Amino acid sequence: MRLTNRHLLGWLEAAPLTLVLLAFLAAPIAMIVIVSFWGATEFSIYPAFQFDNYEFLFSSPVTYRVFGATLKYAFVTWALTLSIGFTVAYFLAFHIRSQTVQIALFLVCTIPFWTSNIIRMISWIPFLGRNGIANQTLISWGVIDAPLEWLLYSDFSVILAFVHLYTLFMVVPIFNTMMRIDRSLLEAARDNGASGFQTLRHVILPLTKPGIMIGTIFVVTLVMGDFITVRFMSGSQRANVGRLISNDIGLLQYPSAAATAVVLLCTVLIVIAILLRFVNIRKEL
Amino acid sequence: MDRRPRSFYVLAAVFGLFVLFLYGPILTIGILSFQGPQGGLTFPMNGVSLHWFRDLFQEQAVGDIWGAFRRSFGLGLMVMVTTVVISVMAGLAFRKRFAGSGVLFYAAITSLVIPSILISLGVGLIFNQLGLKIHWATSGFGAQLTWTLPFGLLIMFAVFNRFDRSYEEAARDQGASAWQTIRHVVLPIIAPSLIGVALFGFTLSYDEFARTLLTAGSYNTLPLEIFGMTTNVTTPVIYALGTLTTAFSFAVIALCLLGVWIVSRRRARLGSDAGKGV
Repeated sequence: MRLTNRHLLGWLEAAPLTLVLLAFLAAPIAMIVIVSFWGATEFSIYPAFQFDNYEFLFSSPVTYRVFGATLKYAFVTWALTLSIGFTVAYFLAFHIRSQTVQIALFLVCTIPFWTSNIIRMISWIPFLGRNGIANQTLISWGVIDAPLEWLLYSDFSVILAFVHLYTLFMVVPIFNTMMRIDRSLLEAARDNGASGFQTLRHVILPLTKPGIMIGTIFVVTLVMGDFITVRFMSGSQRANVGRLISNDIGLLQYPSAAATAVVLLCTVLIVIAILLRFVNIRKEL
Repeated sequence: MDRRPRSFYVLAAVFGLFVLFLYGPILTIGILSFQGPQGGLTFPMNGVSLHWFRDLFQEQAVGDIWGAFRRSFGLGLMVMVTTVVISVMAGLAFRKRFAGSGVLFYAAITSLVIPSILISLGVGLIFNQLGLKIHWATSGFGAQLTWTLPFGLLIMFAVFNRFDRSYEEAARDQGASAWQTIRHVVLPIIAPSLIGVALFGFTLSYDEFARTLLTAGSYNTLPLEIFGMTTNVTTPVIYALGTLTTAFSFAVIALCLLGVWIVSRRRARLGSDAGKGV
């Protein structure tokens, strides 16, 4: 009897969350899958069961190029955010001795995250533009003669913005797992004659893996689903899957957008499934 | 205190560069928003003035900024309260390890990692097909919850995993009912974390763009309005807006930190009655 009570009460308490997820997560996904088989005229969409959208999607070379670009953005951003995030977290966790300073510096890193993403993107324009600070500085130093054109509206600026927006998603989970490493393990390593690098390689890195995985999941999924950073920072000159979907939406081609969305969702879920092989997130919280 | 190794200084320099990287651009547009009336989008400064801030307040060229701000603020508060309440309830539920809790947990994780544009598209399609009107307070509100609730839930997980259950046992031993235990023991202990959940809920909603894009209806929220401006406004008025919204976000964070500080000070003062007699 006690057992049923526990389950009943659990479900009652979890009911609001369940309802929200059913209505605004499960139902929309189901809807997208259904609509991906529908047809579209210029003005409206109509129920059907046809594979036209998928056929078109998989027969178009654009699709493969755009998926390739999406994975490239995700991989490069991941590599950069991981190296920066790990270094920053390592510095905070193992080199700052006072806890107050540690919390203060951590807050310094997190605060920009709370401001608007679009504003943070806009703020790169005076830096990277043709007459921006970067070009003017380089010219005045005599490094270059003419402004570099690839600083803004290029793959470079897209990835720079991604790193700017999302490195925090690496720093927080990595810092969190590093803080939970038992400091006596490091002492033991030192006593056994390990160098600083060996300790890092054989003690800290393996123990930080869960944090790295959680950060990776965040960064990879955010970058793969993004459409606004790519559009804004590339000046509409580059594309990823998110932009493909948002373009179709702009043209009111919902079935086609839905088919692309289904393929994107599958890709993201496969990537996550692979990453989850390496870590049990529920245990790590 | 022993001497710092050389790696400390190298890492400190890296950290300094990282902070500069984070704040540099924001500071730049902060400075540039004080351009004179003739000033443009980049340096050099063409005089110093409040011209662009005045422009913003006159709401002529820039659309309905203040209406958008009011809607975003209201929506942020709605999302904040809902997120706190639902996250706490779900957090308590997950402690009971009820049947099916695993499925619900993975649903929440899915909600967190699913590309935002899919939620936006799906919710928009559903409302469309059901003949419902999309509006920021209905479809927009629901779409944003799929992003804020998983964050709230993860924070509750972290909180309850570190929660000392002996306090609850003590309350129960003294005859407190389940509800009394939650009201007088659990909630006060987790209060500072709830401020964190509230901060997450509000700011995530206040800045959310992708999930609101197709679900806000005819009245824009602030991020949508700002995005509209980026395509058709070419004066520093957009920097002025950026500076103001950033200042507003910082004020909200400061308020929350103050809240946490007050709560923990009160606890330090009133938390223990040891040595005070009965």
